[in-house]
Amino acid sequence: MLKLEKRPQPSQFWTYLTPLLAVALTMIAGGVLFAFLGKDPIVAIRTIFWDPLFSEFAFYYRPQLLVKGAPLVLIAIGLSLGFRAGIWNIGAEGQYIIGAITGAGVGLAFYPMEAWYIFPLMVIAGALGGWAWSMIPALLKVKFGTNEILVSLMLVYVAEQLLASMSLGLLKNPEGFGFPGSRNLNDYASANSWIHQNAGMHWGVVAAFIAVIFAYVLLNRHMLGFQIRLTGEAPRAARFAGVNPNRLILICLGTSGALAGLAGLFEVAGPSGQISIDFNAGYGFTAIIVAFLGRLNPIGILLAGALMALTYIGGDIAQSKLGLPAAAIQLFQGMLLFFLLAVDMLTNFRIRLGQKEVA
Amino acid sequence: MTGTLLSINGLTKAYPGVVANDNVSFEIGEGEVHALLGENGAGKSTLVKMIYGLVKPDRGTMQLRGDAYAPAEPSAARAAGVAMVFQHFSLFEALNVAENVALGMENPPGMRDLAARIREVSEMYGLPLDPDRIVGDLSAGERQRVEIIRCLLQDPKLLIMDEPTSVLTPQEVDILFETLRKLSAEGTAILYISHKLEEIRTLCDNATILRLGQVVGDCVPRDTTARDMAEMMVGSSLLVPERAGGTVGPVLLKINDLSVASPSAFGTSLKNISLEVRAGEILGLGGVAGNGQDELLAALSGEIPTAPGAVELDGKPIGGLGPVARRRLGLLTAPEERLGHAAAPDMSLIENALLTGSVREGLENRGFLKWGKAKSFAEAIIERFDVRTPGPDNAARSLSGGNLQKFVIGREVMQRPEVLVVNQPTWGVDAAAAAAIRQALLDLAAGGAAVVVISQDLDELMEISDHFGALNEGRLSDIRLAKDLSVDEIGLMMGGAHGMEVAHV
Repeated sequence: MLKLEKRPQPSQFWTYLTPLLAVALTMIAGGVLFAFLGKDPIVAIRTIFWDPLFSEFAFYYRPQLLVKGAPLVLIAIGLSLGFRAGIWNIGAEGQYIIGAITGAGVGLAFYPMEAWYIFPLMVIAGALGGWAWSMIPALLKVKFGTNEILVSLMLVYVAEQLLASMSLGLLKNPEGFGFPGSRNLNDYASANSWIHQNAGMHWGVVAAFIAVIFAYVLLNRHMLGFQIRLTGEAPRAARFAGVNPNRLILICLGTSGALAGLAGLFEVAGPSGQISIDFNAGYGFTAIIVAFLGRLNPIGILLAGALMALTYIGGDIAQSKLGLPAAAIQLFQGMLLFFLLAVDMLTNFRIRLGQKEVA
Repeated sequence: MTGTLLSINGLTKAYPGVVANDNVSFEIGEGEVHALLGENGAGKSTLVKMIYGLVKPDRGTMQLRGDAYAPAEPSAARAAGVAMVFQHFSLFEALNVAENVALGMENPPGMRDLAARIREVSEMYGLPLDPDRIVGDLSAGERQRVEIIRCLLQDPKLLIMDEPTSVLTPQEVDILFETLRKLSAEGTAILYISHKLEEIRTLCDNATILRLGQVVGDCVPRDTTARDMAEMMVGSSLLVPERAGGTVGPVLLKINDLSVASPSAFGTSLKNISLEVRAGEILGLGGVAGNGQDELLAALSGEIPTAPGAVELDGKPIGGLGPVARRRLGLLTAPEERLGHAAAPDMSLIENALLTGSVREGLENRGFLKWGKAKSFAEAIIERFDVRTPGPDNAARSLSGGNLQKFVIGREVMQRPEVLVVNQPTWGVDAAAAAAIRQALLDLAAGGAAVVVISQDLDELMEISDHFGALNEGRLSDIRLAKDLSVDEIGLMMGGAHGMEVAHV
């Protein structure tokens, strides 16, 4: 009989090993899934994990890693701060959309003027948009004690409707022959986030790296980071230490909203180029997986973001080359989180083989 | 005593890194009141858990009335006639007494019959209890009666009681002892776990003393002095705290007509509390748990904000300030609950040192943390208060209760407080460590600090307090000079009458 025994303290060894174990288990279970779909599991797994990096066409896929990974890391870093403190922002997708709308809106307001300050203004507007959207669940929670999980999640759907309305109305390209969607910011030099398009470099990638460093310093060296961790570990002890829970809610939700808004702005001003009805691709939700896969640790999130970007790109390749259904790829990504949470208990528990008990 | 009820032979149980019980053997006779004595961590809990079927021994056997007895789970133990009253009650506050009793039974009878049986048993044993009352409204003593009656309804041959008096007033203790004597006279054996020696001397027929998992001796408590028993328990001679007797200075902490609502639904609101503590003085506040102790500590630590003038430190109104600002001014506190309130379980001792020490020890600079300094502070606490741990990098939850308590109290004492308020400073701490903590509090007062000790251990309060008051249902009794008080007076101050009248049937 298997028995679980609580460890006196979390195991360092397993803390680092569980993400790798989860990836391995996902590959196995995913392989089985692909086999049931009638595909060769080895080929499918190789297509997802190997081809984007080392195949013949890798020169095309590798820059995509930065493009897909940057928004995931940027959003996940923001989410991880709140998650550490037990503040659950599930609505990053909505904040991402609003950041894109406000950021692009500022840029388009200047069109066709060219000036150096337009892009910085868009960055500020994007961050403010995401921040403002996250302040709705934050203030409701502080004032009325509402559940931030529900409110932030519901606001995603509001944001999606707003996005559709913007694409069809206010931000619609006047020269777009009636098609929904805004002007393409890639054709507007002052409102463009690309640094080096062929290498996949845009300002969002830079921002993601800065966010990782910022979060690392905050959590390890700063009182606010200590308070965030303390609140997550022991809320009563945090209040005893003098942490103001409401202030922390505003800070954590605000920061994650602002970073999600930034991610949306960099996306619309770069890889996507325009506000359109289907602008959002689920980065805000996938970032939740990235945050946990990276154990809410900034460096871990960086690696997890890269891994997740890989499955996105590899998944696309597997769809086009092997004809795997898109749902199978999403399932595969979901499995990753599932297995991570499942093997997570190994950090706090050890498994023992007990002798069979006689009842 | 007619014969042996339970005999235990060579029970051994090891956990990773520690042998909780090593070759423990003793016998309990029919109708005997047998004491199991030992410090925290001596292995008492593990031993009774094995008897009650919660833990399986690695080696050794037990016999109940001559038959092999190896309960696989508590229900098997109950079926064999072994019942247990735990130190921490497992009751649902929102349900009434009869419903709670029914939940703990294998085959509960109908509610009406059960209520009648509860009345019958409670009257027979002098434990007044109304089966229709909601448990959330009961005092700790009454809640314990629910647990006891739940056991008695199953007609046990052996009743195990784990530190039953820690939540009772002296008068309630007397009632409990009467009940236990009556049970014993009817032939029910009682295994009584405690570290309160005087109680054991009045109640128990025999005692087995455990130290570090081994039986180190047995005695007849009536014929043995408390001091001898304590020394067997501790394994060395006891250090009795000494009063240096400092001079009493100006009033440092003043509470003016403080009333606050409890943040929790089943908590106790504080009602019109006023008190003064002078420099160099220790004020002991007694009272049964749940009479406003936690709330008073929270109102003083700054966790519950109050009207600004309700709390004064050194003449300044501080009622509106938060915990950090109060610490800066010199008012430090140590709550009762170590894990999760005074310390964060999964964080290291360094991080826990930072938890309250950042302001007064200068462990941060414009928000940036000085880990090196925090580490030296943690090491200094560990060193001075003899905290047993491999090092300051270990998580708080890896420490035993007593060691963590030494760390938590030490953390505040080392910050040179003007006023220190502690709640249950030696709860669950072994005798030697408790003496060290009390000595630290006395030294602090001798050095000119004002100290408030909230505790349920009356012996402790009498030993160290200059003045004594008691909390009862959120109200504070008059504060009296401690040395003039008799036990009866203390009992009355604690609201001793409560729970003594027969329940409203």
